[in-house]
Amino acid sequence: MEKLSLRELSEGLKARKFSSVELTQFFLDRLEKYNLSINAFISIDKDKSLAMASRSDSIIKEGKQDYLTGVPIAQKDIFCAEGWKTTCGSKMLDNFISPYDATVIRKFNEISAVNLGKTNMDEFAMGSSNETSYYGNVKNPWNIKNVPGGSSGGSAAAVAAMLAPAATATDTGGSIRQPASLCGLTGLKPTYGLVSRYGMIAFASSLDQAGPMCHSAEDCAAMLNVMSGHDSKDSTSIEREKENYLNGIKDPIKGLKIGIPKEFFSEGLDPDVEKIIEQGINEYKKLGAEIVDISLPNNHLSIPVYYVIAPAEASSNLSRYDGVRYGYRTKEYDDLMDMYCKTREEGFGDEVKRRIMIGTYVLSAGYYDAYYLKAQKIRRLISEDFSKAFKKCDVILGPSAPSVAFPIGDKKEDPLKMYMQDVYTISTNLAGLPGLSMPAGLINNLPVGMQLIGNYFSEAKLLNVANMFQMNTDWHRLSPKGFE
Amino acid sequence: MKFNNDEIKKIAHLARININELEASQVSEKLEGILGLIEQMTKVNTDGIEPMAHALDINQPLRQDKVTEADIRKKSLDLSEETDQSLFIVPRVIE
Repeated sequence: MEKLSLRELSEGLKARKFSSVELTQFFLDRLEKYNLSINAFISIDKDKSLAMASRSDSIIKEGKQDYLTGVPIAQKDIFCAEGWKTTCGSKMLDNFISPYDATVIRKFNEISAVNLGKTNMDEFAMGSSNETSYYGNVKNPWNIKNVPGGSSGGSAAAVAAMLAPAATATDTGGSIRQPASLCGLTGLKPTYGLVSRYGMIAFASSLDQAGPMCHSAEDCAAMLNVMSGHDSKDSTSIEREKENYLNGIKDPIKGLKIGIPKEFFSEGLDPDVEKIIEQGINEYKKLGAEIVDISLPNNHLSIPVYYVIAPAEASSNLSRYDGVRYGYRTKEYDDLMDMYCKTREEGFGDEVKRRIMIGTYVLSAGYYDAYYLKAQKIRRLISEDFSKAFKKCDVILGPSAPSVAFPIGDKKEDPLKMYMQDVYTISTNLAGLPGLSMPAGLINNLPVGMQLIGNYFSEAKLLNVANMFQMNTDWHRLSPKGFE
Repeated sequence: MKFNNDEIKKIAHLARININELEASQVSEKLEGILGLIEQMTKVNTDGIEPMAHALDINQPLRQDKVTEADIRKKSLDLSEETDQSLFIVPRVIE
């Protein structure tokens, strides 16, 4: 049962081969058996999940089910869910029981999917290895000595170890695609504004976007069908007609123009990863795609630009954690200022403090033009590179991350090395474009992710292009040993 | 860019984060590294380029100011360490 696709689970529930309660209990049992070894979940509430499953079963009995009704879904702990502890991986929110639902959570509730639990993550989504979580490292199911990637490392590890059929995730600079790459999954970061950010705890508001983490492109399409759509509660949510991402997912891709950016195959890329991506390109040639050389000349600037813009927005967003209205408050203090400063000293971890301080510095008087304004101008240059590239091709293909999963502790003490993990993913966040990572091979039994980047709102095309690869290859069907 | 401990402490104070001497010197090394990375931007000619604040050029939408949520006042107040009736309590600010 743990290897069934979302379509198979949906059909099984509809045909009453199993009930939602049975299915949910099956995954809760797997959680009990395996979660301790990979630490993928922060909160599990069996009674709540089973009550939701029981409600789903009545809906299914009435024949009113939707595609994912009754299917257990793991939710990244960045999404507020009413009555659930919602921590964002931080001590600051360790006591926070959300009084309301994020729009993403509400949408899953409306179709009566089951919330299987809240997944572990880097603190406030700041990290690429899941080592900054207050709740401890998540371990990569493919090798528990290695990181799962981050920040959505808990969602990635949970799905890879088949503790959940699918999960939600978020991506500010690569936090869906890099863990998907390191854990052998298919993950999609949609166009900025396609999925509502209401109730999704903010890190860098102009970059944050939620998306699905699944085994296959087809599963991602089913998840995106639930998650996407305009929301008046998010002023950056885009008003456009809702698509069915499962339509056209099997369309032939003969004649598709795939752009290969030379900057994605330069210094810093593991040569073994490069070989696997080249095999992926050859697979697309066999499917009738045309390969075009393109250039993204400003891609190397995306990391410096990101480390101005993201911390600047984070320093502003995280100023809300002051110990007054909710979250952690220090125990002893002299006055209000002392309470703020001690609360934030004790409540935030080192990486979060570093980024808040960088953000505070680049926004401070005298430095704004040199850093923040300059970064915003280069952001436009990076974005324009993509507009030019999409005149020559339909989708862009490259690696998702420079290497496979690395050992826990390997880069923790060197932020600059860690930041390089996102060298191929950050530019799409800066431009607001959709990007997808899918498994394309293994190196020493560790998965390698291949990235597809599309033009604005081309999620259906990306899912189609990924699905055609997956209909002709088996990489997405592989699973780590020890979780059967 | 080099920071001394006083400069680090000033930034930390602006960010409302307490920091001791030892932490300040550890943090300064990391921040200098990150700012070194950021400095790559200075070589780029950006004359005449419009700053891009947002991924998509969108207008600020407006909606009716009407109540859409159920009353969650009690639930919200219960999340605070200290409240009095419908107020959040903080240390006295005005003598």
